[in-house]
Amino acid sequence: MFNKASKGSLFPYTIWIALFVIAPIVLIVYYSMLDLNGNFTLNNYQTFFSSVYLKMTLTSFWYAFLITLFTLLFAYPTAFLLTKTKHKHLWLMLIIIPSWINLLLKTYAFIGIFGLYGPINAFLEVFGLDAQQVLFTDFSFIFVSVYIFIPFMIIPIFNSLDKLNPTLVYAARDLGASSFTTFRRVIFPLTIDGVKSGIQVTFIPALSLFMITRLIAGNKVITLGTAIEQQFLVSQNWGMGSTIAVFLIIIMVIIMLLTGQKKGGRAQ
Amino acid sequence: MRSLIQAAIAILVVCALLFFAVDRLESAGSAGSKDTITVYNWGEYIDPDLLNQFTEETGIKVIYETFDSNEAMMTKVEQGGSAYDVAVPSEYMVEMMKEKDLLLPIDHSKLPNFKNIDPYFLDLAFDPGNKYSIPYFWGTVGVVFNPSIVGDHLTFKSWEDLWDPSLKGKVFLVDGAREVMGMGLNSLGESLNAKDDALLRSATEKLTSLSPNIKAIIGDEITPLMINNEASVALIWSGQAADMLWENEDLDFAVPEEGSNLWFDNFVIPKTAANIDGAHAFINFMLDAEISAQNNDYVGYSTPNAAAMELMDPEVIEDERFYPNEELRAKLEVYENLGLEWLGKYNEQFLKFKMSIR
Repeated sequence: MFNKASKGSLFPYTIWIALFVIAPIVLIVYYSMLDLNGNFTLNNYQTFFSSVYLKMTLTSFWYAFLITLFTLLFAYPTAFLLTKTKHKHLWLMLIIIPSWINLLLKTYAFIGIFGLYGPINAFLEVFGLDAQQVLFTDFSFIFVSVYIFIPFMIIPIFNSLDKLNPTLVYAARDLGASSFTTFRRVIFPLTIDGVKSGIQVTFIPALSLFMITRLIAGNKVITLGTAIEQQFLVSQNWGMGSTIAVFLIIIMVIIMLLTGQKKGGRAQ
Repeated sequence: MRSLIQAAIAILVVCALLFFAVDRLESAGSAGSKDTITVYNWGEYIDPDLLNQFTEETGIKVIYETFDSNEAMMTKVEQGGSAYDVAVPSEYMVEMMKEKDLLLPIDHSKLPNFKNIDPYFLDLAFDPGNKYSIPYFWGTVGVVFNPSIVGDHLTFKSWEDLWDPSLKGKVFLVDGAREVMGMGLNSLGESLNAKDDALLRSATEKLTSLSPNIKAIIGDEITPLMINNEASVALIWSGQAADMLWENEDLDFAVPEEGSNLWFDNFVIPKTAANIDGAHAFINFMLDAEISAQNNDYVGYSTPNAAAMELMDPEVIEDERFYPNEELRAKLEVYENLGLEWLGKYNEQFLKFKMSIR
């Protein structure tokens, strides 16, 4: 592992990580300690602990939590059923393909679908219901976000379900466990790693969503991502923008630690 | 592994060859930069036929690029990667670019058509003596509304009409801190350039009381949504309003009488210019009465070009919604460059207001 040859081949990766992972984080921390005139200050951190940003952090958390929860509720059964189908990789492919379409394009499509004169309301009218305001609500925001994140949640769960040794399930059944107990005591614990990485790839980006908050939620949902975008592009206050980014990074590290994979986990 | 490295090297070699080819082609095409200019403008903001006509008349080829925000434009000019010869920033951005020393002075002796511009639009506070900028289009901020939906009692002659209880969940606001905070300040009868913490806070409070009526705060998406009657009222720039009225004849536009914003988009010659004579020739060409009239027909915004207005359809220039009379114009204010500290405060209050919407 640590002989000369492998050290040499690690060199490009070291450079890569230094340039594109460590350097940006150091720069963000550095900028977060600058005020508008480029002087060193910690005021940005003080501002962050004012009510506006704390409230924003809480709402970001709440929405990211809801999005992750609903994504998981849809993705787990889907992945489970997929592993039971005959051509499971084909089906998986079909579910993944929509995620190749540009995010912005899909978002714009939803503006049309959810509109007052869109298909959803046309459908409601068939049942004699009045047109509902769907676009620019919490519902539309969470719906579109869940739609976007579902493939990313399905893949890791599908993989861990696929690797699950079916004889363990048979054994559980032979020993008299009900379907629910089998799921709760055997299948779910054995696939928890897939769920954890699914949560990571959903929760963390959901915290910093910003385009969907504007196009689908009409800026009625403000996340940390929106605030960062504003600070950089409109206020041109890079210091404050970086400070929010620092807190976002801290939150992400905490999430990673909480959902981290334990080495040599109990399941194996 | 070896085949992977070979493939990577092959790709790099092909890229290098392509770069070389592009470089040769570009230098062959432009031969120095004497007979091309690069124009950097907002999207959909010029009649493309005029660019060809300019090339035919002067032999100067136009490379045309577009941007979608003043800030993005400034960042690109600041980085200096491309040789933009003419750019079209809004007035507050002219001031900011001037401060950052990003503009070249304009030589008025090379612009004989400068006399076509209505003196009312010259020598304004953001650029005294028009040393660095020439007005291209101007407009206001007002309210687009659908009279057939909102009812006759709402005329939007006053900002108060936005607060009408019948408009619950029907109002779009444009996603701009200056526009929305300015509207809040105007509705209190204050200046939209106010630098006073207490005033800003009361403007935010006033805006917060508007929150039940707000459907969404969005950007350019307002145009298609209003055209499709998704909402009945929108706070928006007059230029975009003109586009909407063109597409949907039911809509109407009003500038409330308590006052509002008056904005200008202006030709400037950025520091990056490589063909300064060509840039002057282009600006002068665009100021020509006939050319300007044709361009105004295409773009549909309000022109400061008095000579062109004489050639235009009287119905257009007599439309007081887009060419407000002197009395209303006197109440309009141009955005002053607030400085980064106050701009930050405006944004902070705007953020607070957005977070209060439920």
